[in-house]
This record gives sequence, C-alpha cells and structure tokens, in this order.
Amino acid sequence: MATAEATIQSGTTAGRKTGLWSWITTVDHKRIGIMYAVTALVWFLVGGLEALLIRIQLAKPENDFLSADVYNQIFTMHGTTMIFLVGMPIAVALFNYIVPLQIGARDVAFPRLNALSYWIYLFGGIFMNVGFLFNAAPNMGWFGYTPLTTKMYTPGLNADFWSVGLQILGIASIMGGVNFITTIINLRAPGMTLMRMPLFTWMALVQSFLVITALPVFAVALFFLSFDRFYGTNFYNTMAGGEALLWQHLFWIFGHPEVYILILPAFGIISDVLPAFTRKPLFGYNMVVYSGVLIGFIGWGVWAHHMFAVGMGPIADAFFSIATLIIAIPTGVKIFNWLATMWGGTIRFNTPMLFCIAMVAMFTIGGISGVHLGSPPADLHETDTYYVVAHFHYVLFGGLIMGLFAGFYYWFPKVTGRMLDEKLGKWNFWLFVIGANMTFFPMHFAGLLGMPRRIFTYAEELNLGTINHIISIGGFITALGVLAFAWNVIRSLKKGQIAGNNPWDAHTLEWATTSPPPEYNFSELPEIRTREPLWDGVSSVDVAGPPKAPIHMPSPSYWPILTAAAINLTLILMMTELWWPPVLGAALVLLCVINWAYEPASEH
Amino acid sequence: MSHAAAASSDHHYTSTGLNTFKLGFWTLIGSESLFFASLIATYMVYKGESVRGPFPSDVFNIPLTSVSTFVLLMSSLMMVLALAAVQRGDRKGSLLWLFMTALFGSIFLGFQAYEFTHFYHAGLTLGTNVFGSSFFILTGFHGAHVLIGVIWLLTLWVQALRGRLGPKDAITVEVAGLYWHFVDIVWIAIFTLVYLLE
Repeated sequence: MATAEATIQSGTTAGRKTGLWSWITTVDHKRIGIMYAVTALVWFLVGGLEALLIRIQLAKPENDFLSADVYNQIFTMHGTTMIFLVGMPIAVALFNYIVPLQIGARDVAFPRLNALSYWIYLFGGIFMNVGFLFNAAPNMGWFGYTPLTTKMYTPGLNADFWSVGLQILGIASIMGGVNFITTIINLRAPGMTLMRMPLFTWMALVQSFLVITALPVFAVALFFLSFDRFYGTNFYNTMAGGEALLWQHLFWIFGHPEVYILILPAFGIISDVLPAFTRKPLFGYNMVVYSGVLIGFIGWGVWAHHMFAVGMGPIADAFFSIATLIIAIPTGVKIFNWLATMWGGTIRFNTPMLFCIAMVAMFTIGGISGVHLGSPPADLHETDTYYVVAHFHYVLFGGLIMGLFAGFYYWFPKVTGRMLDEKLGKWNFWLFVIGANMTFFPMHFAGLLGMPRRIFTYAEELNLGTINHIISIGGFITALGVLAFAWNVIRSLKKGQIAGNNPWDAHTLEWATTSPPPEYNFSELPEIRTREPLWDGVSSVDVAGPPKAPIHMPSPSYWPILTAAAINLTLILMMTELWWPPVLGAALVLLCVINWAYEPASEH
Repeated sequence: MSHAAAASSDHHYTSTGLNTFKLGFWTLIGSESLFFASLIATYMVYKGESVRGPFPSDVFNIPLTSVSTFVLLMSSLMMVLALAAVQRGDRKGSLLWLFMTALFGSIFLGFQAYEFTHFYHAGLTLGTNVFGSSFFILTGFHGAHVLIGVIWLLTLWVQALRGRLGPKDAITVEVAGLYWHFVDIVWIAIFTLVYLLE
C-alpha cells in the first residue's frame, strides 16, 4: 500500500518506513487497519470456500461429496471464521483506519496495545485453523453447545482448537474495545462534541462498550469448557451436579450482544455513506444515535430467545420474547431515518450508494424473519431449521457484508489514493444482490418445510432437492461477485483513477486530509463547529498542508508481537493438561509486559 | 478562525480533561467486573448443587478467612498511603507503603495457599464436585489477579528505589491503586457471597 512520505520534523522517530520489520513493529493505526483488513479478507475467502463446499454437498439429496465428519468441520469453521475472523476484525480494520481520522486525532489512545490486538488475532486465527491439518478442525457448531463439546462426547482435539482459539481472540477484542472507547472519549479534536461525531465513530463507541462487557462472559464460558476438558472440573458435568445448560446461558449472554457487535459498525457505515451520496445531512442524527445506544442496552436482555426450545417455561419465554420485539423498534427507527435521508436528496448511484440501498432492504428482510423468530410458538417450528439460517444470513450477509462493502468502496480511495472501478463495482454489486438473494431467500421455505440445520445430507423423499439446488447456484453467483471485487482491488491498486483528498465531496473529517493521509494524519485542525465540517467551511488547505511544528508520533515497537506470541503460547499450553506450562507461559507474558512498560511510548 | 493547537503540539490535551491511561484503565476494570460477575454468578447458581462432598460447611473456616480479608482490606489503606507519598515526592514513604501493600497482598496470598491446601487434604479438588470447581476457579482467578498486583507493586517499588518514581510519575501509581482497590472490592463480594452467606 502506498503511504505518503511524512514531512515529520525532528524530535519524532525516523526509522525505516518500508520493509517487513517496519510492518512488524508498526504502531500506526492506519497500517494496523490495513493489516486487519488484508488478514480478514483472506479469512473471508477461506470462509467463503467453506460455504461453497457446504453448498456443493447440499446441492442434491444423499450426496457424498463430503463425509459427515468433514462436513461438520466445514460448517463449524464456516460460521466460526465468518464471525470471529472476518466480521469482527473487518469492523476493527475500519475503526482503526477511519475513527482517529474522523475525530481529528493522530492515532488511537494506546498504539502499542492496538498492535497487540492485531498480532493476537493473526496468531489465534491461524491456530484455530491448524486443526484442519489433523482432520480435527472444530466440528461442534460455531456455538459449541455442551455436552457435545465436553470430553466425553468430543474426545478429540476439535473442541480444544475451538475453545483455546476463541479464548485467544477474545483477548484481542477486549484490548481493542478498551482502546477505542478511550480514543473516542478522550482524543477528539477541540469542538468535536459527542453529538458532532460521525455516526460511524458513534457506532464504534457503542460497539466497543458491548465488546468489553460481552467478551468477558464468553471468556468465562470458554474457561469453564477448557478447564472441564483439560483439568477435570465439573462446570458442564451433569453427573456431578453441573448443568449443560449453563453453557447456553453464558454463551448467549455473550452471543446476543455479539450480533449487535457485528452489525453496529455496518449501521455506522450506512449512516455516514448515505449523506455523501444524497447531498443531505443524516436525517434525525440524534435519534439515530440514541437508537444505537438503546440497541446496545436492550441487546443485553434478549439472549434466551436463542433458547426458546429448551424448556425455560412460559414466563421466561414471554419476557425474552417481549424484549426481542422491543429491540426491533430502535432498529426500525434507524431504517426510517436512513430512508428519510435518501428522500428528497440528490442521489448519486455510485457503488457505495448501491450497497447502502441493498443493505437497508436486505437487513429489513432479515429483521422481519427475526421478529418471527422472536415469537416462541413460531420459533418452536422454525428453530434449528433453515429458517434461522435464512434469518441470520440476511442480517449478516445482507446487513453486515453489504454494509462493509459500501464502506470498502467508500473508503478505498482514502486508504490507497485510488478509486475502485465503477463498472467492476457494479458487477460486484449485482452479483452479490442476485447471488445472495438466490442463496438465502429459498432457505426460508426450506426451513418451514422442515429442513433441519447442520445436516450433511437429506433424503430424496423430502423433496428439498430443487430448493437446495437453487440455493447452491446462488452461492456460486455470490462467489463470482467476490472474484469481481478481488479483480477490482488488484486492478485499481495499480491503475485506479487518482482520488484526491475528497473524491466523493463527503462531509466528515477524514476527507480533509490527503489520500492516503500522512503518518501524522493532519498537520493542524481548526476548531470543529458542526457535524459536517467539510460542508461547513473546513478546508483541506491548512489541514493537509505540511506540518508547521514538530510532530511527535508514537515509536515503533516489537513488544506487541512478542507479547502476542507469549499470550498465544500460554493458552495453547493448557492443552498439555498440566498446570505448569501455562504458568511458565504467563511468566513469559509478564516479562514481555514489564519490558513493554519500561519502553517509552514516544520519543520526547 | 482559531486553530486548535491541541492535536499538533500539546501532548496532554484530552477531550474530558481526564488522563488517558486512567480512563483506559477504568474501561478495563469495567470489563473485568463482568468477568468476575460471571464467575460469581456461576458459583451462586451452583450453590447446593453438589452431589457429593466435601461441602462448604465442611471446609470453610470463617474466622481464618475473616483475618485474611482484613489483611487485604488493610492493604488497600497502605495503597492509599503509598499514592499520597508518591504524589508529594516522599521517597521513604513511597518505598515503605508500596512495600507494605505488596507484603499484605502476599500475606493474603499465603492465607489462600494455606486454605487451598487444607481443602485439598479434606478431599476437595477441582474435579470432586461443582463446589470444588466453582470455588477454586473463582478464588483462583482472584488470587491470580492479586499476584499480578503484587508483582506490579514490586516493579513500582524497584522504580522508587532507583529514584524514578516522583510526583510526575504518580499517575502510574494511581492506576496501580485503581487495580488494587478493584481486586479488593471483588474479594469483598466473594467473601460475602461465598463465605458469609453459607
């Protein structure tokens, strides 16, 4: 990726700006954002491949393309990869690159901690996939229900790669959450009050609060599972008085906020991109912000709607059902505000805008099936069927992925200095729209007709062959869209039209500086007075010119990558089932942290 | 148009006026609260569910644990004194109170080690029943946090010994204090819900 040469004055760290070592030791939020994005996109291809394998196997009844055991690994890893190695990290990639620019900061609050999160993610993701080499990839579903995941029913390494891998990744997420909350609260440019922040930054803030509160609960659930498997504890052991259902509660107390963790960034992207292409400020900014916050809060109170079939009783069912229906309201408020933003605007149908429109439509469809699932009697028919698969793919592909692609096409020029090709972009877009709807819409019917989830094949007599065949074709059409995107990126990096500072004539601060920005982001910033600074007088001239005084940037460091390796090692050593290897690993982590603490954060 | 110097030259400008390190640490404490809340909730859910003993009343020694609790609480007082000493540039006081905090924390850990050994000899292990599992994991994680705190305090003590812990470094001691008090408050919750309510 091209990085502009910074005219950084004396007093800042020189060091080499190119080469592998500069990337390994980088603490620059922009570089870290790029690393997150590239890694996440690689995992997107892996997860997509896993999806295609699923679709080949299910394309006709009683198929034998994949054995049941391999199929279980493929669908488990498809879900696990897409959620933890793609969905969450790619939002973090955008938070990393864009949020400091949007608030007028030079970097995040804790640059080395930022790098740590990335390296933990890289190593942890690789570790989770190592299982494939031993034909022991996780195979128990992405939500790892006990007692299936206990040692008794999954004696092999599959569940260990899963529980240890996710434990590792959780640490990266929590560190990231701490970093973004602190950055957004404390490092805004003068005049940028909370209610003048771009919506993307607002959603990053709410999402980060969800991350730091939900991930620890998952960590506890995972520790209980790991300790049951490695050290003989009884958390999920019914024979000893434990409760397999404890897992479901702990997991979904994390798991429901998790889906809002996934979607809020996409909501933020739509809220920022629409105004640029409708030439109007976001309609109802306040309400969109409050709705996002409300979704964050209410999201904590709905978790057992994933457990309607478990036998909690009518009172619990009713409570969670009502809470689930209530959360549809602030979501709906956002959708109406987006529609109102488009209404009466001067719309330019560039690729980012197309993705926004499709996102709003497809997410709404997913939301509607979600409301159905929120009714316990309806859910008893629909749960564990393809109806649920349809629902979450509409909100995750239709909502999250389409939203992310809107973000990619929108911000690619800022990151690389070049525009993505509009024609290829439209191919990408239409292949996704046709492909995704062809894949996921029929799943509603398959589910209602009784096709269960997580089956590796189905009998001829069920008459599901045609529907599944159509779904599989849709999957391949979507894959063509991914190829169009990949080709677009590769080509545009070399030959894309030069972007300039603000190719979209957009309104938020990241467009004030150069594309790509210099290492220090802005040479100086005027006091922010409105929500659309670039439409209200902030000019690039002062902001993007050469710096007028020495600028101190955080120094590169190799402690984040070393600490990340030590953390990975510590948790992986639990698999020895001995107590002292992880303790040794922890001592190593401590050594790294102490050295890190003694290293000055930046040269003064 | 006033040009905000903040972003370019003032290292210490913040939107809230709060120190960034301290704000970040409070966020981490918020996260850790959920971690301990989940562990404690699990303990509470499993109270009375063990199929076989030893049970809590068989092994708990409330008077003894009360003493260790008192020791830990006192260590928080020492931490406050340590911070005050660092803030006023009192090197002797800093050394004394940082050391005492770490010492009292270590004494608490000593009591924990004794208690765990006693329970083990009474037949309570991680795998005996759900009481053993939930008790040892909860108090074990807490003890690990105390240990990390003790190590942190000792590194600060070494800094003070080298004359590198003056008033301008007080913020790191303040954050260490936040951590220490948090660990103490978690213990108060554990002592009440696990021991006293038995």
